[in-house]
Amino acid sequence: MSLSNEQIERYSRQIILNNIGGKGQEKLLSSKVLIIGAGGLGSPAALYLAAAGVGTIGIVDSDKVELNNLQRQILHSTKNVGKSKAESAKERINNLNSDVNVIPYILRLTSENILDIIKDYDIVIDGSDNFPTRYLVNDACVILKKPLSHGGIFKYDGQVMTIIPGESACYRCLFPQPPPPGLVPGCQEAGILGVVAGIIGLMQANEVLKYLLGIGELLTSKLLIFNAIESRFRIVKIPKNDNCFVCGKNPTLTKLIDYEEFCSVKKR
Amino acid sequence: MCICIRIPTPLQKITKDKSEVMGKGKNIKELIENLEKDYPGIKERLYDEKENLRRFINIYVNEEDIRFLKGDETEIKDGDEISIIPAIAGG
Ligand SMILES: [Zn+2]
Repeated sequence: MSLSNEQIERYSRQIILNNIGGKGQEKLLSSKVLIIGAGGLGSPAALYLAAAGVGTIGIVDSDKVELNNLQRQILHSTKNVGKSKAESAKERINNLNSDVNVIPYILRLTSENILDIIKDYDIVIDGSDNFPTRYLVNDACVILKKPLSHGGIFKYDGQVMTIIPGESACYRCLFPQPPPPGLVPGCQEAGILGVVAGIIGLMQANEVLKYLLGIGELLTSKLLIFNAIESRFRIVKIPKNDNCFVCGKNPTLTKLIDYEEFCSVKKR
Repeated sequence: MCICIRIPTPLQKITKDKSEVMGKGKNIKELIENLEKDYPGIKERLYDEKENLRRFINIYVNEEDIRFLKGDETEIKDGDEISIIPAIAGG
């Protein structure tokens, strides 16, 4: 692939960066990133990756845009309330950059469909809003050895980690099992400050860009924690767990698990 | 002996909205027992019915996860920073 004059102009401010250059830009244009959830995390991640010229972006979301999403889900706009989030995302991204091939998936991930969807992508971003999907995505990425950027938010807190299966700790090395339904406040009642989603979603986009370009240091076997009230970042170590159920020495996970839905209020 | 414990947002209801509390004890188990006296209800958020630490909340002594040290027998000392970090799912 060679860059057109228009592409050289569009991406000039990052092409001039050492570590990127024309080669790096070509790499981005031929990369495929799957974003799970066109919500608070997926929105900023998708917009910045699209702006940077990631060539193919898949977006999985089964929901429709609601008015109460717009406080943080900046992919969507008032006129798209009621429209599928994946379609709304495609529209917004293509307005920003028509170099990007956006593939919408209007569906809910399950143990049946997930492997087929993620298999063709270079890296996956988890921006989902529930534990069952998060554990399913982690397990599927480990099975297919697919790199995964994990991000989670709650009120004023955010967490980010990058998972390179086989090399670094996975989400289950960190938290072996999801909480049982009812023990952790649901996504609906909790609330979230929009900028927390923005900050964490962009940390994920940054991890993905570094992975695709093969530069810098990733947040592997580390958890970055952000708190907006104190404007404080911290990093704790996540040792790769030899006894991990999915990525340990003797993994016992033989079949993907569909955990019970936690935020059942959300289902319409 | 006084040790600083960082409380995550989901548990701050129990600590009266405080994000940082002081505690004491020679190990994590004692620290949590003592914390329970000041903030009743915190222990059951950290331990399950079988008195095992829950698998979706981790406790760190400085940067180290106690699961990879000596669990709740991990010794602590003055000046250590203890963090409680739960899984969060929002997106
Ligand atoms: Zn693991």
